[in-house]
Amino acid sequence: MKKNLTYTTNAAGRRVPTTVNGEPAIPFQGVGAYRPEGKKYAPPIRSCADYPESGDKRVASIKEALKKAGIRDGMTLSSHHHFRNGDLVMNQVFDACAELGVKDLRWVPSAAFPCHEPLIKHLDSGVIRWIEGSLNGPLGRYVSQGKMKGLSILRSHGGRWQAIQDGEIHIDIAIIAAPTADPFGNCTGDRGPSACGLLGFGLADSIYADRSIVVTDNLVPFPCIPWQIQGNNIDYVVELDKVGDPEKIVSGTTQITKSPDRLLIAEYTAQFVRDAGIMKDGFSFQAGAGGTALSFAIFLKEMMIEAGVKARFVRGGSTKYLVEMLEEGLTDYILDGQTFDLEGVRSMRENPGHQNTSPFTSYNWHGKGNFASMLDCVVLGATEVDVNFNANVVTHSDGQLLHGIGGWQNCLSSKCSILAIPAFRNRIPVIVDEVTTLVGPGELVDVIVTERGIAINPRRKDLIEATRNSSLPIRSIDSIKEEVEELCGGKAQKPRFSDEAISVIKWVDGTLIDTVFRVESEEKP
Amino acid sequence: MNAFTSGRSAPKVPSDCRVTFSPQGPLQIVVRSSVASFYGDSLKSLVQETLAALNVMEGTLELDDFGALPFVIQARIEAAVKMADPDNPNQVLPPIHSKAIYGSSRTRFRRSRLYLPGDQPKLMLNAGLHQPDGIILDLEDAVAPIEKPSARLIVRNALRRLDFFGAEKMVRINQGDLGLEDLETIIPEHVHLILLPKIEDASEIVKIEKKVDELEKKHGKNEPVYFMPIIESARGVMNALAIAEASERNVALAIGLEDYTADLGTQRTKEGTESFFARATLVNAARAAGIQAIDTVFSDVTDEEGLIASVKEAKALGFDGKGCIHPRQIRPIHDAFLPSQTEVEKALRIKTAFEEAQAKGLGVVSLGSKMIDAPVVKRALTTVGMAEKAGILRQGE
Repeated sequence: MKKNLTYTTNAAGRRVPTTVNGEPAIPFQGVGAYRPEGKKYAPPIRSCADYPESGDKRVASIKEALKKAGIRDGMTLSSHHHFRNGDLVMNQVFDACAELGVKDLRWVPSAAFPCHEPLIKHLDSGVIRWIEGSLNGPLGRYVSQGKMKGLSILRSHGGRWQAIQDGEIHIDIAIIAAPTADPFGNCTGDRGPSACGLLGFGLADSIYADRSIVVTDNLVPFPCIPWQIQGNNIDYVVELDKVGDPEKIVSGTTQITKSPDRLLIAEYTAQFVRDAGIMKDGFSFQAGAGGTALSFAIFLKEMMIEAGVKARFVRGGSTKYLVEMLEEGLTDYILDGQTFDLEGVRSMRENPGHQNTSPFTSYNWHGKGNFASMLDCVVLGATEVDVNFNANVVTHSDGQLLHGIGGWQNCLSSKCSILAIPAFRNRIPVIVDEVTTLVGPGELVDVIVTERGIAINPRRKDLIEATRNSSLPIRSIDSIKEEVEELCGGKAQKPRFSDEAISVIKWVDGTLIDTVFRVESEEKP
Repeated sequence: MNAFTSGRSAPKVPSDCRVTFSPQGPLQIVVRSSVASFYGDSLKSLVQETLAALNVMEGTLELDDFGALPFVIQARIEAAVKMADPDNPNQVLPPIHSKAIYGSSRTRFRRSRLYLPGDQPKLMLNAGLHQPDGIILDLEDAVAPIEKPSARLIVRNALRRLDFFGAEKMVRINQGDLGLEDLETIIPEHVHLILLPKIEDASEIVKIEKKVDELEKKHGKNEPVYFMPIIESARGVMNALAIAEASERNVALAIGLEDYTADLGTQRTKEGTESFFARATLVNAARAAGIQAIDTVFSDVTDEEGLIASVKEAKALGFDGKGCIHPRQIRPIHDAFLPSQTEVEKALRIKTAFEEAQAKGLGVVSLGSKMIDAPVVKRALTTVGMAEKAGILRQGE
């Protein structure tokens, strides 16, 4: 299925297949150009008569729940990464599938983590046929080596919602790991021994899947308050001793970076946001939990205090640093997409101004607006950026699949998208002539902040004008690239790719923006 | 078979490499690199060319590379080859980068000087971006004895290749004969200042100066290399003035308190009572000799408040600068050395008076009824310059 594909060239000039895993695919048509028509997907009608009047939907085991949900060959199972690398559920789910003798399953996680390495045996044996979702660690390597039978499809968080809502992904059975739930299936992520904050990634699945199973290790009597996911969308509830490893779900304390270069990048970024006039009363920003982004928030906070400026809202990934801003009155709200540390979880439980959100509210492109486009600025990372500001987050310059897209593509719709990145990493240039994989079109990337200078996209004449008198080292992206190439000993070699596709990259609207081919040196054993 | 290794033995040393050379047998080259898919082809030719330039015709060379820049790989190959054959006369000099060459001056600011271990290239690459007044590539205490030969070559190559963005390029050499050997490698390069460790007596400086004179002449260097002697013992403190006056090359006198307090048989305290005499003596000696006085390093990287307090105290004692070991210490040091608003205002009044006196062709500057001495005028001009550079001069002032 991966070889002998027919290819077409999309609006970004990238080669993409016309079909993906047997289904027709639409090439990228440009930012904002694709407007599908028709109805959203709808799940089957259910009747209360088929559910216990007592509201008690408990079944004895994962295997029992899968059997009751009618599991069979070729079905699609979904799950969510709110437990990150501490998930203890999905390995058990696929073990149960293997015991039931089911094959050819498609797994649609919002992201897979190194803890899911044991699933490689189920890929090898054919229990899982392919994975559609962000791939990190060993599963990423497995796919890079071309070992997966189907084509991997990488989507953003918003793109996943869009694909489910638009009917591109039909989910037969959704598995929702819940830190606290009641027997009816109401559940929440903000409390319980495996507390993770919120369950927004599982919300679409609970609404659109044929069957949904809640798995918890903290069952409370009805009602579970608050309910982040409604039990009225849930078929079965399974109780386990343990659903997650708390230390790997959220960190006790989020570490800020100690790297002087990253701190410099973070400080330049905050200064840029200030000097460009973005930091003003009532503004909003989003920064992730990476070391540089966290430090950006800390520098910006100092500048906000100094200037007497308050934000209306900040978007998480929340951490204790955002919580401090909320509790010190520097922002009215945190609109949280996922929670990264224990302080974030506590705040979500205690602070009315700490609101949980979902990819529907924040990132979904086929909705009536989304929060990301309302953000005054967002600070993101990237593995590569080219001189036309096109950016890559999924592969390294050597062509290996590294990271999932997360909310990265969705955030690019903010009013000012800033990539805060080192100009090179251990000799590997980050600013290049052309990205290995196109994940974010250059027209949406406004500013590149590196330790060697700040490059503003020439399209953003307003930002160039606003920072004309700034003391920041603002320079052209080509000059930064040339400086780094000279330091690193010339341009890096380009990886040699085979003609075998291993993954396709979806744009936020469901079209194909690029294809990842297997690197020639990555031989299949 | 003997094998000679340049490089730390940790499993991974980011932006660095490890080179092992076994001199016997037919020539074999083994390259393992984390950046093979980016620079694999050029790495192979770099190793071959470097060996050829060193006239190595046999032996096995293994390179374990973790993203080292070419000048680092070249230095480590040269170091490993010369460990095997100390008499090898060849050098592999990477081309000089145009941005690695810029001037310095006797009286420039030396508020912060950032120590970087000479065998850790990763820390050097971006050091200048943090804008310290000086960068010290250290060959002495920060380098383990086994890494000394490699550090010397890495520092030599870094002086040729790296842009330190205007920071004064300093090298701390070793004590004694090893230090004189360091000079042979370092003086021919674009280095502004040599730090002379553990100086106790003016005669030591005379000896070093003689060596530097010879090397400058031999290599046809026009710009003089400055000295910053470091006093780190009771004897050094008692001889401070003679040391400060021992060479025209001296631009500053620095104090190192770790060794000094050990020499006194006491401990360093936060209050610093035990070193007050030494620091005050050093400032007086430096001032008497007309050079700068530079305080010891502040070594607790996490304690920013302690650093600021320490710099303020140093400034009050009369010091012009402070040592640091982490780039994040640079800004607090520069800020704490900034003149206060009162100092700036006073300096501006003196500057205006000086300019008026010049315009009128008067030899004597006076402010109100008070006559202003030339050194006070000079100091005022420095203060205004510092305030201008730091952007703390208000419009219209």
